[in-house]
Amino acid sequence: MNPVRRGIFKENPIFVIMLGLCPTLAITTEVINGIGMGLAILVVLTGSNLFISLLRAWVPDTIRIPVFIVIIASFVTIVDLTMQALLPSLAEALGIFIPLIVVNCIILGRAESFASKNPPLPSVLDAIGMSIGFTLSLLLLAGIRELLGNGTLTFQILDIGTTIHIPFFEEHKAAIMILPPGAFLTLGLLMGFFNHIRKRMVGSPNAYTLSDQHISRARRFLCNGGRVERRKA
Amino acid sequence: MSIEAVILLVVSSIFINNFVLAKFLGICPFIGVSKKLDSAIGMGIAVTFVLTLSSAAAWFVYTYLLHPYGLDYLKTIAFILVIAALVQFVEMVIRKFSPALYTALGIYLPLITTNCAVLGVAAINVQKEYNLLMSTVYGAGAGLGFTLALILMAGIRERLEDCRIPRALRGAPIAFITAGMISLAFMGFAGMIKE
Repeated sequence: MNPVRRGIFKENPIFVIMLGLCPTLAITTEVINGIGMGLAILVVLTGSNLFISLLRAWVPDTIRIPVFIVIIASFVTIVDLTMQALLPSLAEALGIFIPLIVVNCIILGRAESFASKNPPLPSVLDAIGMSIGFTLSLLLLAGIRELLGNGTLTFQILDIGTTIHIPFFEEHKAAIMILPPGAFLTLGLLMGFFNHIRKRMVGSPNAYTLSDQHISRARRFLCNGGRVERRKA
Repeated sequence: MSIEAVILLVVSSIFINNFVLAKFLGICPFIGVSKKLDSAIGMGIAVTFVLTLSSAAAWFVYTYLLHPYGLDYLKTIAFILVIAALVQFVEMVIRKFSPALYTALGIYLPLITTNCAVLGVAAINVQKEYNLLMSTVYGAGAGLGFTLALILMAGIRERLEDCRIPRALRGAPIAFITAGMISLAFMGFAGMIKE
């Protein structure tokens, strides 16, 4: 399967595999932050996947995780310093979440499950596909949050680009959307939405994580406000 | 350093700037290990323990090794290695001296290395230029805040398991929506301290 399509749909890091959720929730208050984080992930993931893939024959299996972490941390440091030098405003907005890319499960996850077993070119393509999937998901979340919470869509960094103002939403701001609760709510609802879509399109019974097989009637009673429902087959 | 400042830091890191609900650090274990109350308590204690130790360890490494030699830019690499080594070490010590504790906490310890809360505390301590006492206290407070959020979440999720939730929202989505509600409730604490 095409790595870009795989990164966006089948193995979307946020909505399907659910990795790297801390920065996802924290920085999606403005669209530009999503773009910045996506670019940072793209550079780190491509670099680390390439190097890990090149070194895969020489790294002993027992110490592979520390080796991966050092490689990843080096790329993160490069990105961190570069961003601080060139785009200080963006670096400030992303703050602590740039150094925290080191412990972002997407990077280590792809290193472990893909780059350490595949040749360099597929590893780089995998990194690019994953980053595109991650960035698009961030953009979607940030777009919804910024639009509802602030009535704008910021595509502006320094003096480049533009900020789109949408008058209707600017008059009816729901500030909660750019505060922490809005992040959790938006992500939860979007995940549910994509679950639904996936179920419709794929029709696979595994699209949902939980079945209601083990639910006892008595306990269900508690949540149902006293009504006992007949369980659906 | 006054005692007031220390207490303020603890209260603020548990309630107002809760690590999970306001700062979004440690979301993966928060969603992953919050299905059962028992495991939530175990994970919470393990994280608090490691956070306290690692924020002190990171302070020593930064103050005596990195900063004097102008190696500040190595801090991300240094911290992650210190944390990984520390978690391994703690695991070995606990296994040797307290097998009972090891069976309770052992399975959670390896997960903690990739918990962004641990690296996050170390980085914030450097950023805010906390001294040794404040760093350690901040680590412990952050851990307690994490534990509180995790236990609250696990209590709610144990009940949610048995509810009629729309199919598409079952599992992680409803967990996030719940977290949103808890986070909303925690915003009420913001008035407790004048910044």
